[in-house]
Amino acid sequence: MASDTNQNSSSPPSEPEHKIKFWNDPGKRALIFQVLLVLVLGGFVWFIVSNTLNNLEQRGITTGFDFLSQEAGFGIPLSLVEYTEASSYGRTFIVGLLNTVLVSVLGIIAATILGFILGVARLSDNWLISRLSALYIEIFRNIPLLLQIFFWYFAVLRALPSPRDSIEFLGSFLNIRGLSMPAPVTEPGFNLVWIALAVGIVGTFVMTKWAHKRQDATGKIFPVGWTSLGLIIGLPLLVFLLSGAPMTLDYPELRGFNFRGGMTIIPEFVALWLALTIYTAAFIAETVRGGILSVPHGQLEAASALGLPKTRTLRLIVIPQAMRVIIPPLTNQYLNLTKNSSLATAIGYPDLVSVFAGTTLNQTGQAIEVISMTMAVYLSLSVLTSIFMNWYNKRKSLIER
Amino acid sequence: MKYELQPTLPPPANTIGVIGWARKHLFNGPLNSIATLFLAWLAFTLLTPLFDWAFFSADWAGTTREDCTSGGACWVFVGQRIEQFLYGFYPREETWRLDLSFFLMLALILWLAIPKIPAKGIAAVLTLVVFPVVAFFLLTGGAFGLEAVDTHQWGGLSLTLVLAVVGMVASLPLGILLALGRRSEMPIVKSLSVVYIEVWRGVPLITVLFMASVMLPLFFPEGMSFDKLLRALIGITLFQTAYMAEVVRGGLQAIPKGQYEAADSLGLGYWQKMILIILPQALKMMIPGVVNTFIALFKDTSLVLIIGLFDLLAIVQAATNDPKWIGYATEGYVFVALVFWIFCFSMSRYSQYLEKRLQTGHGNRA
Repeated sequence: MASDTNQNSSSPPSEPEHKIKFWNDPGKRALIFQVLLVLVLGGFVWFIVSNTLNNLEQRGITTGFDFLSQEAGFGIPLSLVEYTEASSYGRTFIVGLLNTVLVSVLGIIAATILGFILGVARLSDNWLISRLSALYIEIFRNIPLLLQIFFWYFAVLRALPSPRDSIEFLGSFLNIRGLSMPAPVTEPGFNLVWIALAVGIVGTFVMTKWAHKRQDATGKIFPVGWTSLGLIIGLPLLVFLLSGAPMTLDYPELRGFNFRGGMTIIPEFVALWLALTIYTAAFIAETVRGGILSVPHGQLEAASALGLPKTRTLRLIVIPQAMRVIIPPLTNQYLNLTKNSSLATAIGYPDLVSVFAGTTLNQTGQAIEVISMTMAVYLSLSVLTSIFMNWYNKRKSLIER
Repeated sequence: MKYELQPTLPPPANTIGVIGWARKHLFNGPLNSIATLFLAWLAFTLLTPLFDWAFFSADWAGTTREDCTSGGACWVFVGQRIEQFLYGFYPREETWRLDLSFFLMLALILWLAIPKIPAKGIAAVLTLVVFPVVAFFLLTGGAFGLEAVDTHQWGGLSLTLVLAVVGMVASLPLGILLALGRRSEMPIVKSLSVVYIEVWRGVPLITVLFMASVMLPLFFPEGMSFDKLLRALIGITLFQTAYMAEVVRGGLQAIPKGQYEAADSLGLGYWQKMILIILPQALKMMIPGVVNTFIALFKDTSLVLIIGLFDLLAIVQAATNDPKWIGYATEGYVFVALVFWIFCFSMSRYSQYLEKRLQTGHGNRA
């Protein structure tokens, strides 16, 4: 084993008496080892597949994806697309997937905001602010997420009053069945507002480009932030008011034991969203802190030597460099949040795992198809994320010298 | 005129001591002062009722819910159920076996964790090889005159620890093998390792546990049956192995290339090179990472309640639904949170301490 490294293929082939035994040639040995590995793994897979087919036959479980078009026959309390009990199992997959996306996206937005605030607060030179932030981080990231979900759901939201004794504010009702709020109903003229919003967004892009060019040419700075705010929020608002406010509110009303009309946010969603946000924010805060700390102190000194004011040092020097360190672990946290949203099944929020890998699996008994479809969803999400991350790292590392 | 040297004046009173500290850290500037006052008020108004609930007006002694009269936390609930929370349904006269295994493990971990105690190699072998065997016989019984205890009687904190420790001990060697596979030059070995790692890291633990509990029985011949605990353990190990492999890979990558080349030039074969040169250095570097994944695993063990095992969280959850104690869910959750928090916080502090100790001073953080 020890002497074979200097006798590989690069040595001239004109030494017939020093013929290497084939099991001492690293190349051949690697080949033999890999063939053996493939054989063993193949055998194992064959063993499992044949057992599974046997077992399925004995238990009378059908295989294949035909069940997706059968009628599901169970209700789902929250659905972003049309869904009734008469919809198919395939439809339950879509509904569950969309609910997962809903809670993940809203959780990601809230956790990012909270996490950035906490991460910056952790570095504040105000002792109280940094201590409180550290307290938050250390408490919430060391407690299992499932426990936090249970706490919000069973200990907090279950303590709310029944629909008849709802807490009432601003036309909304808070009770054990959730938060019933007035729902906006758009009238025909509302499309103008959407158009205004689109115009505002496009305008912001054009304006930003123009402002950059002008600054490069003349050195004059244009108030980009305020102008974009005016374009994206102000313009649609103006159009909305000028066109005579084409929107009404549908207020919830108590009928019998429950509220009708308006829109209701179910408590399962609130508990899951709160727990995901609070838990992930603690991790994001640590990521942000690490990113900011990774900017060398010399950069700050260089910025102040150039005479940049504090806000622009932050915006032009610290944040772009910190972001390079923050983004990869941040995407990882987003992925974790999305995967963690599968804990919904413990409190019955109708996400992909709860609806599809739970109810649908129990009703059809087709474990293999259902579990592999569920896993494939999460897997493709994580593959997409890692593709994005590789792309981002490549782009950013070009800038670095 | 005085020409002799004067004693130095003391610093201004408002720059030293408590006042100076407060000026510097709490009230430097109007905005900061407002923030400090607001946060202090907020913390005070939020924390006083909390402390009052948890300590001052809480009920500590008693046996039934009738003893909880003061309106604060009812710790009687936790006190009455503490044995069940710790040992699950393990026979009461046999719980010394759980205690013994726990203290054995604690002793071994302290041996490993405290830098001053020598002979880490022996401790590592005892922890990773001898202890699991001893603990297995202690916990399951059925040999050496110990009464057999079926795994469905296991529960509570002891089950949580069993899940976490077994997941850890089993995944470490497998993770090392996978990480070596991922860095191998053999294309098939490498791609198989990459696929394994990425697949398990890409899916949530719940789906893995679902898979282990629903699909595993389908995979094996009719007569072969696994109990629920074993299925959960298989799922957890498969999952944890992938994460462990990534930690090990990080450690392997941190070893300078010169070490590999030096081992090659000494004429060491692959396994000699890895076992004698690379892994000892890499393993030391990756201890913080291993501790961090262990913390994640420890928290994740609570998910087994979804497939019907009674770990600490599940057993408390079940107890809060007991009609005798309904309405005391918060106390139960706070207790579980405290237990998990103590374990996780101390481990994360230890990992931070190690990181600092292993840091040889090349980072750009001052």
